[in-house]
Amino acid sequence: MTRTSPLPLAVRAFREPQCLTGLTPAEWQLLLRQCSKANLDARLYYLLRQRGELAAIPPQARELLEWVHVIAERHAQAVHWEVRQILAALRGTRGPLILLKGAAYTTAQLPSGLGRLYSDIDILVDEALLPDVETALMLHGWHATHHDAYDQRYYREWMHELPPMQHIHRQTAIDVHHAILPRTAPAHPDPQQLRAGAVAVPGMDGVYVLAPEDMVLHSATHLFFDGECDHGLRDLVDLDALLRHFSGRPGFWEGLATRAVQLQLTRPLFYALRYTERLLGTPLPPQAAAAREVGRPNPVLLALMDRLYQRALMPVHASCDDRWSGTARFMIYLRGNWLRMPPLLLARHLFHKAFLSPKDKAASEAETELDRP
Amino acid sequence: MLTVAHLTRAELGARLARDGIVLQTGGFLVHLHSSVPALADGIALMYRDYPLHPPGAFAHFRLTLHRPASLRRWYRPQVHMRFDGEALFKPLPLAHAFPMLEWGLNWCVANRAHRYLMIHAAVLERGGRAVILPAPPGSGKSTLCAALAYRGWRLLSDELTLIRPEDGLIEPVPRPVSLKNASIDVMRSYLADSDHAVFTVPVDTTLKGLVAHLRAPADAVARSSESARPAWIVFPRYQAGAPSTLEALPPAHTHMDLAKNAFNYSLLGARGFDMLADMVGNARGYRYTYSKLDEAIAVFDQLAAQP
Repeated sequence: MTRTSPLPLAVRAFREPQCLTGLTPAEWQLLLRQCSKANLDARLYYLLRQRGELAAIPPQARELLEWVHVIAERHAQAVHWEVRQILAALRGTRGPLILLKGAAYTTAQLPSGLGRLYSDIDILVDEALLPDVETALMLHGWHATHHDAYDQRYYREWMHELPPMQHIHRQTAIDVHHAILPRTAPAHPDPQQLRAGAVAVPGMDGVYVLAPEDMVLHSATHLFFDGECDHGLRDLVDLDALLRHFSGRPGFWEGLATRAVQLQLTRPLFYALRYTERLLGTPLPPQAAAAREVGRPNPVLLALMDRLYQRALMPVHASCDDRWSGTARFMIYLRGNWLRMPPLLLARHLFHKAFLSPKDKAASEAETELDRP
Repeated sequence: MLTVAHLTRAELGARLARDGIVLQTGGFLVHLHSSVPALADGIALMYRDYPLHPPGAFAHFRLTLHRPASLRRWYRPQVHMRFDGEALFKPLPLAHAFPMLEWGLNWCVANRAHRYLMIHAAVLERGGRAVILPAPPGSGKSTLCAALAYRGWRLLSDELTLIRPEDGLIEPVPRPVSLKNASIDVMRSYLADSDHAVFTVPVDTTLKGLVAHLRAPADAVARSSESARPAWIVFPRYQAGAPSTLEALPPAHTHMDLAKNAFNYSLLGARGFDMLADMVGNARGYRYTYSKLDEAIAVFDQLAAQP
């Protein structure tokens, strides 16, 4: 089940952007459909804008890209506003406000933030401060969304974050993390080290993001530990943008290698470097090899992972699927859950979600029904 | 240009089911793929005068309407609508296929075409000037719009007023006018003398009650590339037995009420505010209460006569 078909247009667009101005209108149509499914259409707009090629593409394609550009501009503005609201809400708590993932890219104005659309803001706080942070957020209008007793236990006992919270007026969501992997996962990247390395965002007092090496490792961990691959290509494009951006910094690659070992994240880093290079042509200098090789899996496992990821990282669009794509995504989903919890706990969790949660929900709905006068 | 009317009903059905058709409505091209005969009937009847592009043409939206390959294909049959593979709404009874397409087309424009400031309002033109009729459901907006569209005004849209950012002009998207419940019979008798006013068979939908569509006049479809300058903003209200009353509204009031009816006012941010303020500043705002269509037509004729 090796992939023999040529790379989808959405991958080629980011791998060899010089091909974009040569595409036919029919190819543009397909490219935009794939990018829309992969949540990469706004990113494509900025790619073309940076290359000064917006005027050189078919006008119909430009029009569709201008439509999503409006959304992306508004999104970035809304994120800046929301970050200030969170900062104000947490002013009374000790500890810095550390942004993760999308919100970090947007706020720190990194290339991976351009056209990046996401629905929640992720922050990292000291576990000892979790109760203070949760209280402060509640006092400022955020409330918990998962009220079910089992869900509360799932998040608070086993996961690396509080149950997601939502603002009562703005409907914006925030995920408060105290670590970047579940407590029940096999690796335990030390959150204290991540927090200690965080760097201030210029021009935004009190707002921090992870250090470049940690940001890359977190992005890799998120993509290669998780079972959801719906935005796999988007996450890979993030990694590619981060690597290209930080690559020139003195000591970046050496630091990345050291940090991956310290944080027990050599395996996700291996996959991140392998698939960004293979699929997106990310230029890796000789020093990158050292950072990569520590985490190399055995050849049999690697052969399997190659076959799974070269399918699962494609846009979830009919034009990108082959007969094995569905299987590959399902295997990645199983793997993600496998890595999330030890087998017995996982079995118990899936059993509860499949059989007990629906029953609880029905029972609580019936109760509300009876309560009604 | 090839139009839907150039195809026989059998050819239209076969093309829809095979490669799909690319239908042009205003500036938008939509790729439609469906094997549902009721949908082909609706398109043949309502979109007779609309241009068809080759199946490979660049389409802004892709909609498919199909019957599911499950029990619901036969037992209380349903129709599913997908936007490039993704379900937009819950499945509906098969008989609702045509109204579902209309709702789907509105969804596509209102949720995607953010280049425009989009207002949920009917809009018609006369002498190059447009009247915008924003109103919540139940205010008689579509009834009034249908009457005006067949009495001297050119239909630009029944639901979507699209304001262009570059010049503030309104981009027409003429499509069938959606009529609900009692207004279906009202318009049937009102337009009984017009051979061109063609209606779909009313469908009893759970969501909106009885729904029928009225074909857009051929002239409105033919002139859909002619934009118009917004000149009047009229908030209509149907009230049984009420005398015809036109009251001027202050600009700030007009602006705020229009913003409430806009799909993407807040998405456009400062640009949305400026566009709306410019438009309101150069137009006259009114609230209009009516009960008789003939009186309403007379009032709109007077508006059109304003210098």
